[in-house]
Amino acid sequence: MRLEAKNIGFRYGNGPWLFQHTNLTVEPGEIVGLTGPSGRGKTTFCRILSGYEKPPEGKVTIGGLPIISKGMHPVQLVFQHPEKAVNPRWKMGKVLNEGGRPDLELLDLLGIEQEWLTRWPGELSGGELQRFCVARALGAGTRFLIADEMTTMLDAITQAQIWHAVIEIARKREMGIIVVSHEAKLVERLCHRVIELH
Amino acid sequence: MPILEVENLSISFNQYTAGLKRKNIQVISSLHVTLEAGEILAVVGASGSGKSLLAHAILGILPDNALVSGTIKYNGELLTPSTQASLRGKEIALIPQSTNYLDPLMRVGNQVRTSVQTGDATLAQRAVFKRLHLQQTVEKMYPFQLSGGMARRALLSTAIVSDAKVIIADEPTPGLDPVVMKEALNNFREFADNGCAVMLITHDIESALMIADKIAVFYAGTTVELAPVEDFTGNGEALRHPYSKALWRALPQNDFTPIPGSQPHPSDLPTGCLFAPRCTMATSACSEEQPDMRNIRNGMVRCMHAT
Repeated sequence: MRLEAKNIGFRYGNGPWLFQHTNLTVEPGEIVGLTGPSGRGKTTFCRILSGYEKPPEGKVTIGGLPIISKGMHPVQLVFQHPEKAVNPRWKMGKVLNEGGRPDLELLDLLGIEQEWLTRWPGELSGGELQRFCVARALGAGTRFLIADEMTTMLDAITQAQIWHAVIEIARKREMGIIVVSHEAKLVERLCHRVIELH
Repeated sequence: MPILEVENLSISFNQYTAGLKRKNIQVISSLHVTLEAGEILAVVGASGSGKSLLAHAILGILPDNALVSGTIKYNGELLTPSTQASLRGKEIALIPQSTNYLDPLMRVGNQVRTSVQTGDATLAQRAVFKRLHLQQTVEKMYPFQLSGGMARRALLSTAIVSDAKVIIADEPTPGLDPVVMKEALNNFREFADNGCAVMLITHDIESALMIADKIAVFYAGTTVELAPVEDFTGNGEALRHPYSKALWRALPQNDFTPIPGSQPHPSDLPTGCLFAPRCTMATSACSEEQPDMRNIRNGMVRCMHAT
């Protein structure tokens, strides 16, 4: 079941096109890098792929079929700033189970400690929070993961810890990953191929 | 004489726990940093290691519940809250970490112009926008109309057009594409070459290596190592502290192998060496008391086993 974006165009209202005729295909198990200068719509493109935004032009399909808008979206997005992606008034246990209960093996692999589940988001570091966001995005129905500058705010050790876990999971589940990053060295290390958005 | 000297700095926050009960949380402990004129010092470390707090302490913009001890000297003179207030924005400029620091109700061109101290503000602003590849239409825009990278460049512009002697850049690079990043970093280099000083706070070691002269490695609120930039090479053999070595090896261009565990939370710091629980070289002596900074091979390190 490949993820296909065909002829995608996007603009706000009747404004100028941010991008047009953009195509992307990702096979299961494939890791694709997406790079390009800032302000060219990388994040918007990711939001379209993961169903947050409806494109005025073009369509996104999985296995040739349009994505059903009900239930868990098979393409999940992990954002750059984990502290903005969790509810500050929920304890981490509730945050984690927001989209169904992830299995224990996944938590172990990501290095999430049981004791963290009883804490508030403000009591964890960015790296610890991002592990939760990754775990939350990796529900049973996730076929593709989009990492939009997922580890940009984290130090090298935490970055390596999280990516090792994510790649291990992707390999086991035959899951595709789209890596959006400005860090050429990281993209080079992780990806099978790289696409530049102009 | 160093232009900026931070000695034995400790910062703790007084926080309410339940009801009227309060406790002190130590976030920075016995930290030493010096910044020489003409030099770029990169401060690297994990988030939560106290990098931004150091910047805020130098500028005197910590929140009211912060308790600060230790000394900060600028040009040999001790900084007090009133001297800090008169220096910041003029002699010492901060490039803040978050793009939320832009005024949401003011056009960005105007915001950049407010920090110009001599000469034609509009010309200075247009020149710096051009240099950082921002189109002229951007000056009429409000912050919400900018992408992350554009907002970041607007913040950079503000510091570049000011005539500051010291620039403290707090994570200026995330969200910038390589071309703009290189331009921004070159700007810092030129700035330092003209006799000013730059403190580049970042977790991006790669960009630090491109322009910095020295690198200070922070861990859990203290400096664990101060090393010349040339030592960050190969497998990290030239580095002194086990944490610096681990950080270096975890980079994608090196081994990409992480060490287990994470940095301790400020409310739960280990006694003794702060890195001991994750260190493979740790002995029982390490957990007894925090080692002092020592001079080793043209650098400094806070580890009793370092050679």
